[in-house]
Amino acid sequence: MSNSIRKWIFVLIVPLVVIGVIGSAGGSAGHGVALQSANVNLSDKASLQRGAKYYANYCMGCHSLKFSRYNRMAEDIGLNASNGFTDDQVTTFLKENLIFTRDENGKQVKTGSLMTTAYSAKAAEKAFGTSVPDLSLVGRSRGSDWIYSYLKSFYLDDSRPMGVNNTVFKDVGMPHVLAGLQGYQTLVHHEDKDGHHVAPTLTMSKPGTLSAAEYDVVVHDLTNFLAYVSEPAQLSRKMYGILTLLFLLVFFGFAYALSKEYWKDIH
Amino acid sequence: MAAYPRKTEATGLLGWVDERFPIVQTWKDHMSEYYAPKNFNVWYYFGVLAMLVLVIQIVSGIFLTMHYKPDTGMAFASVEYIMRDVPGGWFIRYMHSTGASAFFIVIYFHMFRGLMYGSYKGKRELVWLIGMALYLALMAEAFMGYLLPWGQMSFWGAQVIINLFNTIPVIGEGLSLFIRGDFVISDPTLNRLFAFHVAAVPLILVALVFVHIVALHTVGSNNPDGVEIKALKNEKGIPLDGIPFHPYYTVHDIPAIVVFLMAFFAVIFFMPEVGGYFLEHANFEPANPLKTPEHIAPVWYFTPFYTVLRAVTLSPFMGTLAMFGAIIMLFVLPWLDRNPIKSWRYRNTVHMLNLAIFAAVFIILGYLGVKAVTPEYKEMGVRMTEIYFLFFAVIFIHSKTDLSRYVIGFIVLAGAVVAIDFWRYNPDDAISGAQIMKQWVWPIGYLALTLLLPLVMKSCNAEKAVPERVTS
Repeated sequence: MSNSIRKWIFVLIVPLVVIGVIGSAGGSAGHGVALQSANVNLSDKASLQRGAKYYANYCMGCHSLKFSRYNRMAEDIGLNASNGFTDDQVTTFLKENLIFTRDENGKQVKTGSLMTTAYSAKAAEKAFGTSVPDLSLVGRSRGSDWIYSYLKSFYLDDSRPMGVNNTVFKDVGMPHVLAGLQGYQTLVHHEDKDGHHVAPTLTMSKPGTLSAAEYDVVVHDLTNFLAYVSEPAQLSRKMYGILTLLFLLVFFGFAYALSKEYWKDIH
Repeated sequence: MAAYPRKTEATGLLGWVDERFPIVQTWKDHMSEYYAPKNFNVWYYFGVLAMLVLVIQIVSGIFLTMHYKPDTGMAFASVEYIMRDVPGGWFIRYMHSTGASAFFIVIYFHMFRGLMYGSYKGKRELVWLIGMALYLALMAEAFMGYLLPWGQMSFWGAQVIINLFNTIPVIGEGLSLFIRGDFVISDPTLNRLFAFHVAAVPLILVALVFVHIVALHTVGSNNPDGVEIKALKNEKGIPLDGIPFHPYYTVHDIPAIVVFLMAFFAVIFFMPEVGGYFLEHANFEPANPLKTPEHIAPVWYFTPFYTVLRAVTLSPFMGTLAMFGAIIMLFVLPWLDRNPIKSWRYRNTVHMLNLAIFAAVFIILGYLGVKAVTPEYKEMGVRMTEIYFLFFAVIFIHSKTDLSRYVIGFIVLAGAVVAIDFWRYNPDDAISGAQIMKQWVWPIGYLALTLLLPLVMKSCNAEKAVPERVTS
């Protein structure tokens, strides 16, 4: 066989063997429910701001964001000079609306502080039987789709201490904090023609103040906000990426031309 | 004894230095008058890329060390502090985390290049051995670095690896206690792994890279044809097929480095987690010794060996031995492959098949290492582990191309596989029994393809004459 033919066999055989062998197995059974897409959009500053508001109102009593700082967060979600806010306005806004914690002297913490909560781990342990996690990184450890789906998947369950359970996070210790907005859902089991159980669905049994579509927007905003908090660098890194790649592309042209020039005397 | 004072043709500052240090000669020996074969192809970029990544890791590592706190109470938070509060900290951190994966990608290609072109032959055994020592040091470095962010996978991954030492009879318990410095993975463990990661192992890596290159430049580089270029020299003693490394290969490497950097920075800026493979999702949760994750998977570059570990269920110690054995086998490769032809270009087709299947099996082993164990995947892990080890036997058999050698080899090796199957078979376990029946085809098929194919297709066994001069 000629070497060029062998080379192509060689190039093809590796992926073919990999795909053939792995494909011969049925694949691992997926566990857990299918997640809904959160469609995170970090350039939607209004959504981020609403998300921050909902977070402060509904979540932050228990869940800290202890790796984020108030002022950096405000700047990143659009409360900044380029949108016409002065530093004083932002400070006042943060102090009046978002900062609820105080330092050891009883003074409200500064805007440059980390977004901690006053709720102690011990008190949480006592109330919920488990620790209350910090949510700074939940957007990366669980992912935004998970957060979005989780917040939509509470249902009534009398066997649980908080009266609710969750299809995405089974036997979660958390109460349905957003029940006032969403209302309460019930889990409905289904069977197919052959009597096998198929994935259960959730139906609204006691509506809250918002319609389903309105609630989706609230959950989307919250998810958006948590996705931002999990990695503030996301707001700028893609822009740096484009500039870097453009520079390298130009540089490649010169480097390649230089190499060609030198190599033209090698035969 | 060298003449005193040293003679030099250089003048000025260079002359001053050259009288005191052989700077001109060193430059000539390793750059301007180091004659490398003129027929290097893309596979030859990975050496210089490995050096580039080493530099990236050292420089980004130094900056990380300025802000990181090796303390179980502060480590995780200090990494997030780097990601959020240190100006440009996220960039430095992603350089380092992407660099770790890039290092292994580059090294795996670099090693496979050695396999394809027989670069461990022709007095190059030591180059290969030093390279393998480098690979071991790199794995140690990566493992230790992975503990430092103190996330869930840092902790539980280290738990799995350090517990491997536990499986060694008699001394195991004491040894793992000695490694941890405590009965559990805790602050002393983090501190010592930090010390090894930022000081001890990098020193070893840099020293070994130096030795690797000195050894290479002593024997000379191999090339895709496996032709010894020093065999034919002109009247000045310069190899006919050699060209000075500088400027030819220095300028030749720059475009390749740029292409590599484009991929590297694309990852950093657009997908630093690479879907949870470069940065695992579970590692964004702080280490919790009381909460075992439901699925512990090492980072992708260790997963082939992790599958080998999980495949051998005879005893935990045997699993550990198999895992380290999988690495040790690579060390002895120069003494297994006794065929005088270096490059696969002139070896027979079954040798080429052997190499390709080995590469594929390595990838499959890696894939299985990140997957949760199902009966199907478990058996596949065993079968791929078998092929991984059979590869070394087959490459030994392929040292000579006579058919009787192939047939005897096939009978012995296939017999061994079947014997192991009989011994593994447990009539009470129908599920794994069915998988044994189904998946025996992989190792047997592999052996048939690499050893029996030449019986029916003579052309697969034909070797070609190695040319005197390199081809383009």
